[in-house]
Amino acid sequence: MLAAIGVGSVQELFDRQIPESVRSSAPLALPGGLSEQEVYAHLRELAARNVSAEDELCFLGAGMYDHYVPAFIDMLMERSELLTPYTPYQPEISQGGLQIMFEYQTAICELTGLPVSNASVYEGPSAVASAGYLAKLHNGRARFVVSAGLHPHTLQTLRTYARGYGLEVVEVPLRDGATDAQEWAQAIGEDTSAAIFAQPNLYGAVEDAAALSAAARECGGEKLVTIAQVDPIVLGILAPPGECGVDVAVGEGQSLGNRLDYGGPSFGFFAAREAHLRQMPGRIAGQTTDVDGRRGFVLTLQTREQHIRREKATSNICTAQALNALAGVAYLAWLGRRGIVELGELLLSRTQYALQTLSSLEGVSPLHARPVIRELALRLDADVAAVKRRCAQEGVNPGVDLHALTGRDEDRGGLLVAITEQRSRADIDRLAEVLGAAVAAERGAEVSVG
Amino acid sequence: MSGARMPAGDPHEGEDGVVDMPSESGPHTRARDESLTTTRAHAGNYEGAQRISGATMGRPPARATDSPLQLEEATTIFEKGAPGRRAFACPPMDVPRVVAKDVLAEHLCRAQPPRLPELSEPEIVRHYVRLSKRNFDLDSGFYPLGSCTMKHNPRLHERVAALPGHARLHPLQDPERAQGALELMWSLERALAEIAGLPHVCLQPSAGSHGELAGVLLARAYHEAKGQARHKVLTPDTAHGTNPATVTMAGLRVVKLATSSDGGIDLDDLRAKADEDVACLMLTNPNTLGVFDSNIAEIAEIVHGAGATLYYDGANLNAIMGLSRPGDMGFDIVHFNLHKSFTQPHGGGGPGSGPIAVSDRIAPFLPIPVIVREDAFTLDYDRPQSIGRLRGFQGNYGCFVRAYAYIRSLGAPGLKDASETAVLNANYLLARLRELGVTEQLPLAYGDLCMHEFVLSGAPMKRDSKIKTLDLAKRLLDYGYHPPTVYFPLLVDEAIMVEPTETETKETLDGFAVALAEILREAADDPEIARNAPYTTPVRRLDEVGAAKRPVIRQPL
Repeated sequence: MLAAIGVGSVQELFDRQIPESVRSSAPLALPGGLSEQEVYAHLRELAARNVSAEDELCFLGAGMYDHYVPAFIDMLMERSELLTPYTPYQPEISQGGLQIMFEYQTAICELTGLPVSNASVYEGPSAVASAGYLAKLHNGRARFVVSAGLHPHTLQTLRTYARGYGLEVVEVPLRDGATDAQEWAQAIGEDTSAAIFAQPNLYGAVEDAAALSAAARECGGEKLVTIAQVDPIVLGILAPPGECGVDVAVGEGQSLGNRLDYGGPSFGFFAAREAHLRQMPGRIAGQTTDVDGRRGFVLTLQTREQHIRREKATSNICTAQALNALAGVAYLAWLGRRGIVELGELLLSRTQYALQTLSSLEGVSPLHARPVIRELALRLDADVAAVKRRCAQEGVNPGVDLHALTGRDEDRGGLLVAITEQRSRADIDRLAEVLGAAVAAERGAEVSVG
Repeated sequence: MSGARMPAGDPHEGEDGVVDMPSESGPHTRARDESLTTTRAHAGNYEGAQRISGATMGRPPARATDSPLQLEEATTIFEKGAPGRRAFACPPMDVPRVVAKDVLAEHLCRAQPPRLPELSEPEIVRHYVRLSKRNFDLDSGFYPLGSCTMKHNPRLHERVAALPGHARLHPLQDPERAQGALELMWSLERALAEIAGLPHVCLQPSAGSHGELAGVLLARAYHEAKGQARHKVLTPDTAHGTNPATVTMAGLRVVKLATSSDGGIDLDDLRAKADEDVACLMLTNPNTLGVFDSNIAEIAEIVHGAGATLYYDGANLNAIMGLSRPGDMGFDIVHFNLHKSFTQPHGGGGPGSGPIAVSDRIAPFLPIPVIVREDAFTLDYDRPQSIGRLRGFQGNYGCFVRAYAYIRSLGAPGLKDASETAVLNANYLLARLRELGVTEQLPLAYGDLCMHEFVLSGAPMKRDSKIKTLDLAKRLLDYGYHPPTVYFPLLVDEAIMVEPTETETKETLDGFAVALAEILREAADDPEIARNAPYTTPVRRLDEVGAAKRPVIRQPL
């Protein structure tokens, strides 16, 4: 090979191209290589030092949930034909991936009640920030009005992005667990680019999405963009955002057939009204025909995108989350038309059961009185971190410490409990037993210290 | 409805002869024999590749084939199944049943179930497996897509990422109960820091472009902390499209830099534009022409002299691992593409992961949280100068597991070897193309040698053989290859950007070179063959203009 190139050594290829001053003289200070079985053993040892949802009774949620992932999805995601291609730049040999994107877009539109969807964005919080950028492109207004019911990671991400593209973020507080309608209407005006809320919100409460959207439209006018961050798993029973006056529905897709993976990769979904089609970020698959008249699919509306529009692009997204979105649409097909309703009702019923059971414990009360459907917020009359430690000793992870997550004073004592179809009535009863005992023990300990 | 048939017994098999086979002796003939072997070994799993794996054929068909996959009409999952059919068995309702309207106002309840498909699990599995066969993939064939580093994805990585301790770990698990994950992330950070030659790493960004956004926001925050509002970012005209798009999203303005005749940055242009309003220069090195900018030290001096920072787009890091470090070149901020150099499978368009490495002066502004190693590993959120978060949780951890497994597998010598072989393979392929006369019609756009990839210009081919780069790319599909990146970088006319990567064999490179040569010979004879290609793929050329003019982006239900 060297002879064909006409150099004497591989080193010469580098010597002739990289100036000596920037060539590394010392080898990388990294360990030597390992055999496959050694790497496996090392990674297994690291995995063993994590306490996963396999190892304890896990009620953690707040954005990602321990739903069951059907086995066939693992099989699909490991298929070479789906796992190893790049973005489908050559449609003639990428019809599988492109058609899956098209089906995914169809499913997301149907779920959200909105007419256009892209082929995925990174994940939930940055999807909201990308929707904010769409609003800026749409109306050029100065500020976002956001509900404090958004996940703190969403609020932080939106602030990071908004500082970049030059918008102010105004936060509207909650009243009894849901967005304060009066403050919401007061905060929104002619200079509001987008009004953004979560459905359900961080505290598990179902917002009156229709009322929030209507108020936003009324106070902000036609140009305002209403954005909702939605949990897709409950859209079998919850009114679709498109029917509630929402212009852009985005969210975290992990609950649809994706693993927890300590936070990613999963996918973000992004659906909008027709008027926003040419402002959408990311890839969009479209239907077309080939020269012989066969039905086929291509990446379309690419004049929005960075590789063509460069500094005038609607976003900088290039690689998104195609494989995870595949898991999402395959999961939705697996649930099916009736299954997504049945699953929604099971989650709702068990969440209601958990709310009643846990609220009846001594020193435990609901954080708010709003309706909840898959996650509930409690206030413990005890130190949450200490309670969690006691529960952990019993093999139970009772949920997310709300104050640790949000840093808000009013969230002190807050515990957010997520319910999935993998948490049975017996599991909820077990949680009640362990949580009740832990709270009692902590209160006793506090009394004795006091 | 057409069913799938086995490709055996295809009527066109052995009927080649549309174009005369070249018969000269010497390297061409030998190489063509090699190409047959190679093509067979790396044949894609779609119809075209199966066809040319036939031992009697030297060249794929040059007319439409009506193969089984072509005869099979595309049918979406929404057009399959039957009412009432299902896959999902819901766990038992073991608590008192509550329905939505019991707890919610009616207008907040869904009136009609979403019209999702209704199929059995075997139908769903068959649907997606059949669809998968309409894809070309890296495990089936050569994929020299420039700037994308399509190297082999070891299956070990899938196995370790799927271990429940990684795959079912909740991102809000208390750090003391996620020590294995935090140690893995911390170790990956240290390894990437060493490879970049910069001390601080943040793994959070979800892809390269997300890393770029982090980087430009960091540069901006750095200047703002010094009380300077700088508004401009310099990008060469060879830059990836994500660079300028990112700059706009970060609220800054793009100023383009010209490319010199040797393929590097035009230093005079840089000197003229590097003023006190410049926040940073974004640079890929080696750049998208496959050229290592040998003036890098001087570039860094000019940029730093203007008080600006230097940003490294790590898309091309695969050329220099263990051989040269962006930090040593003077870069302040680097992003990595774990889905390029570090074997995260690309998934047909993601997931990716785009960690960043930065110098000391940029470190205070890094996104939160930061992993800290004390007695145990913890997450530090108390970073008052941080630009904040770029996404939820800690990043694409599943990608970190794979990248970390890769780095541990190769170790320091293996990473260096990977880059050396990547550069060797690219130069060898270029040499073979020269030897076969391909570069007479597809000359190297810049330079003489290349780094891990090279850019050819199809302009002479277009003039002499009357076929465009697009036609060449489409004809390559019939030969069972994924084409290189085409029409990028923009400043090369009819550009073809080839990145073979280190995991391909000499035989594969030889086969690909010969395929290009044959397509050119074919075109000299009859340009219509390439102009109407492909013939063997599940669908043929698609109407992209029509798709954009009248967008149909979902199935009407």
